[in-house]
Amino acid sequence: MKITLIAGIDVGSRTTKAVLINEAAEIVARYSSPTSVRLDAVGETAIKSLCPNGKKPSYVASTGYGRYQVRNRDIQITEITCHAYGAHFLYPKTKCVLDIGAQNSRAIKILDNGRVKTFKMNDKCASGAGRFLERVANAMELELEQIGEMSLRSADPQVISSICAVLAESEIINHVTEGKKIEDILMGAHKSIIDRVTALIRQVGVESEVTMTGGVAKNVGMVKAFEEKIGMKVNVHKDSEYAGAIGAALLGLRRLQKQTANN
Amino acid sequence: MLVAGVDVGSTATKAIILDENRKIVGRGLTNTGANVVKAAERAFKNALEEGKFEEWEVTFIVGTGYGRYKVPFGNTQVTEIGCHSRGAHFLFPNTRTILDIGGQDTKAIKVGADGDVKDFCMNDKCAAGTGRFLEAAAGVLGLELGEIGDVSQMSESPIRITNVCTVFVEAEIMSHLSKGRKVEDILRGVHNAIAGRSIALMRRISLEDEITFTGGVSRNKGMVKAIEEKLGMKLNVCSDSQFIGAIGAALFAFEKVEHENNTHSRH
Repeated sequence: MKITLIAGIDVGSRTTKAVLINEAAEIVARYSSPTSVRLDAVGETAIKSLCPNGKKPSYVASTGYGRYQVRNRDIQITEITCHAYGAHFLYPKTKCVLDIGAQNSRAIKILDNGRVKTFKMNDKCASGAGRFLERVANAMELELEQIGEMSLRSADPQVISSICAVLAESEIINHVTEGKKIEDILMGAHKSIIDRVTALIRQVGVESEVTMTGGVAKNVGMVKAFEEKIGMKVNVHKDSEYAGAIGAALLGLRRLQKQTANN
Repeated sequence: MLVAGVDVGSTATKAIILDENRKIVGRGLTNTGANVVKAAERAFKNALEEGKFEEWEVTFIVGTGYGRYKVPFGNTQVTEIGCHSRGAHFLFPNTRTILDIGGQDTKAIKVGADGDVKDFCMNDKCAAGTGRFLEAAAGVLGLELGEIGDVSQMSESPIRITNVCTVFVEAEIMSHLSKGRKVEDILRGVHNAIAGRSIALMRRISLEDEITFTGGVSRNKGMVKAIEEKLGMKLNVCSDSQFIGAIGAALFAFEKVEHENNTHSRH
């Protein structure tokens, strides 16, 4: 019996995420790797890693800013739609999705079936995006992966008044030279980004349950700052980063099933 | 009699000493760095040294710029908007518009025939269109801030920068580099982008001839050329353009002393 496998590939500005699902919509493989400047082989590389035995998936759905660069795709889908379906798959009661990626953030309101009702996004400036955190980590000579955890120790977060990621960097350096605690500066930076994205999510209307997706969902400091700001618990899954890829794969599966039924 | 003006900017601190004929007799320039108080002292000391003066010889000192309240030896403070107007009017009496591009903010100021501020608008919320934008571009390309203006002038087919955000422009520059675009074409694109933002800012206060370009970025010849070409107008720039805020502050100090002398002589 031939096993049907569907690949969802989410080519983000910083990281490419991909998943392989079977006909029962179960995730059977995951792939995550930094997105290189040259995108021409991004699809092949992801699939080679997902299917190590050289098999080809029955269907390939791509999403993310580099979705048109996935040469072996059968379909490309916008990341808004994919994150909505991905979040719905991980947490079926999701009403709001907050997706914070490296270069943009999106607030999506979704219907009970996972479809997009409305959305708002900021892709013009790094103020509410993962790049802001990257700059902060660089300025403080820390790893991006450790700053979330460190920020949790903060008892007296420092206010970062600059919205701009570049100007905030100078402000942070000033805080460091004034001898402020690292964790307090870090929590201040996390709160600053959360202020921006909360403004975004309020435009679509905050409604429980809220699910966080995108790479920044891995940062526990961001999750805490966000929960405190909106006064409710938010869903974060170990697969939150893959939500876009999962959504793409699920929509790919649906498309494939429709095609098969028509034939 | 001597008076001084100290302009503490986010990136550079400038000091000027004027004599009783309003002639510039001392200049001091230093990086602001993290310690603003020290920077103000350093710039003032440099200006004193240039003119071979002692501190007690200076009758009155005015502080300006974002760190003006951190000039411990300053007698009073005046906003940088006021000082730039006064300073630009002093160097170029027909100035009606000032474009001041500093390290972290950009201002457009409308000036009256008397050198007073009529209107202004500024961007201090975001690094786009400020000196930091140029600094970031230079950093990505591995060049010095002082050389990118000249390099940009060698461009024959400038690229168009599509992002506004400095952080995203860094990534955009890298992608142009990876596509093999020439450094000078990228740089000219960066200069054109700032020129565009500066002109938009000036238009908000109704741009009027003559325009005087001040602030640290006015030293960048590529920037001057990019703005002049886009605008189709000449800009006033001179070797003291970066000191205009400090000159204005010193002029305010001068007026203050004159005013007090007059008041006293009347009694």
